Amino acid sequence: MLRYVIRRVLLMIPTLLGVAVLIFILMRLIPGDIVEIRFAGEGGGVTEEMMAQERSRLGLDQSLVWQFVHWIVGIARFDFGISMWTGQPISYEIGLRFGLSLQIAIMATLLATLLAIPLGTLSALKQDTLIDYAVRVFSIAGLATPSFWLGILMILGFLIFFQWMPPIRYTPIWVDPVANLTQLIWPALATGYRYSAVATRMTRSAVLEVLREDHVRTARAKGLRERIVLVRHAVKNALLPIITVIGLEFAFLLGGLVVTEQVFNLNGIGLLFVKAVGNHDYTMVQALVMLVAMVFIVTNLVVDILYAWIDPRVYYR
Amino acid sequence: MTEVAAPWSGIVLAGRLQRGGGALLRFARGQPLGAAGMLIVLLFILAAAGARFIAPFDPLTPDYAAMMTPPSLSHWFGTDDFGRDILSRIIFGARTAMLVGFVASFAGATLGLVIGVASAYFKGWVDSTIQRLLDVFMSFPLIVLALAIVSVFGSGVNNVIVAITIPMVPRCARVVRSSALVLREVPYVDAARALGFSHSRIVFRHMLPNVVAPYLIMLTSFMGQAILLEASLSFLGLGVQEPTPAWGLMLQGGAEQYAESAPWMPIFPGLAITASVFAFNLFGDALRDVLDPKLRV
Repeated sequence: MLRYVIRRVLLMIPTLLGVAVLIFILMRLIPGDIVEIRFAGEGGGVTEEMMAQERSRLGLDQSLVWQFVHWIVGIARFDFGISMWTGQPISYEIGLRFGLSLQIAIMATLLATLLAIPLGTLSALKQDTLIDYAVRVFSIAGLATPSFWLGILMILGFLIFFQWMPPIRYTPIWVDPVANLTQLIWPALATGYRYSAVATRMTRSAVLEVLREDHVRTARAKGLRERIVLVRHAVKNALLPIITVIGLEFAFLLGGLVVTEQVFNLNGIGLLFVKAVGNHDYTMVQALVMLVAMVFIVTNLVVDILYAWIDPRVYYR
Repeated sequence: MTEVAAPWSGIVLAGRLQRGGGALLRFARGQPLGAAGMLIVLLFILAAAGARFIAPFDPLTPDYAAMMTPPSLSHWFGTDDFGRDILSRIIFGARTAMLVGFVASFAGATLGLVIGVASAYFKGWVDSTIQRLLDVFMSFPLIVLALAIVSVFGSGVNNVIVAITIPMVPRCARVVRSSALVLREVPYVDAARALGFSHSRIVFRHMLPNVVAPYLIMLTSFMGQAILLEASLSFLGLGVQEPTPAWGLMLQGGAEQYAESAPWMPIFPGLAITASVFAFNLFGDALRDVLDPKLRV
């Protein structure tokens, strides 16, 4: 097991390196010079000299290979460089906002899991009844509703029916849990709906498959109570694909937050990303994409390790 | 001597139509939800195609005398902060949504299909190189990769299509490859190789037709995702640009600012997005149940 974990961690390195190369090339594909684009908005007051100075400040006058190596070495030490827009270190900018986004992501995951496993199981048990249809429509609708629209509707509903708005200022949960939760529960719900929909569908199809298996029939035949059959024999065996999908979606949540944070005006990683794209802050875009990819790859690893813990049949080389 | 009907003759055509109609009817009877989804999708396509004739107003001309009027008989869905008719903008917005949805998912799934089959067919170092490359592309959530691409190429309809297509390719290639791997060991592919057929002939004529089921399933599931992604990018101001009518764009700016006094501005475009994606997903789910119920997308 330990050997497997070590091997997987080592295998992450080439993928991460590939990701780094991809982003690096992507950012160099930008038509025109980064500095030119940055200064484009400032009118005629920009001299050649200023541009050359800016280029050397950003290290753009060096060779591509040197730039890449410099960047990678920095990342290995969690130093993502300097934001081209604010001039602050990127690690500082990200550090300011990471907690907020992470908290929403964790809350959405909890909401989704708590909703998805019972709903999906119920739907599978009552296959082709009214309950099943209701759950299925609810979850297909979850896939179809844009989280940002749901967010707008929530705020609209609060304003019209309660003349109330979620607080705008962010308070960390350890300072004032109530204020923190009244602010962050809504974006968590808006992003969590889609999340729970994906997980519900997976739970339903996984449980349906397991319910048809021999060991479930045997369990019923020997007179076990239905609750035990369901929890110990059916759901437990259906957990593997459910965990995969929950893990995968956790990484994708960071993507969903990009739009939701905009609606709720939350100063998180998502908003930072959108602003960076809008401001042509390429060092920041580069760093954030890299960060998301890292989270994704690590989440995948955690899911794979969970597999072994849940299902002893999974064999590791 | 009996005459063989040419493939274009009326009789053959009628027969084909009948068979096609029969298949449709069977689908509708077995999958009522899927058929309903298909119907709604058709309505959206019709609205997009005939936007010029259906839309009651011009989607672009502002009417400052009728700014933010609530839904009425002349403006069913009300007007926006420029006095433009929201219903007309939604109908024209269907063009953007359907264009991006169909082109991006078709291009993405088809590229994925070719890459997936080729990867499975060639095995060895080609396969593992392609797989590692796909791993890299799969390490990004759809919208993050799309945003990164938009930041490089800029916004606008064409760039949005590219930005949505690229992240879809590896997802389809993955699924297709696993189906094609099984296919590779099937005797008729061996036979084709033994007969000395070229690689491209084996890939295109013998393997591709047999992975159509996962391909179609991925294709339909991409359509809803592509529409959602386009709406998200446009909502963020990084996708389709004003004044082109697009649903995501209609939820931004004035719609958010005046939501309290003019709730019809955010409500109707969002409904259009949800309804179309919902319909695509219903249809896609039904298609999956018919073609390959075990495949999970």
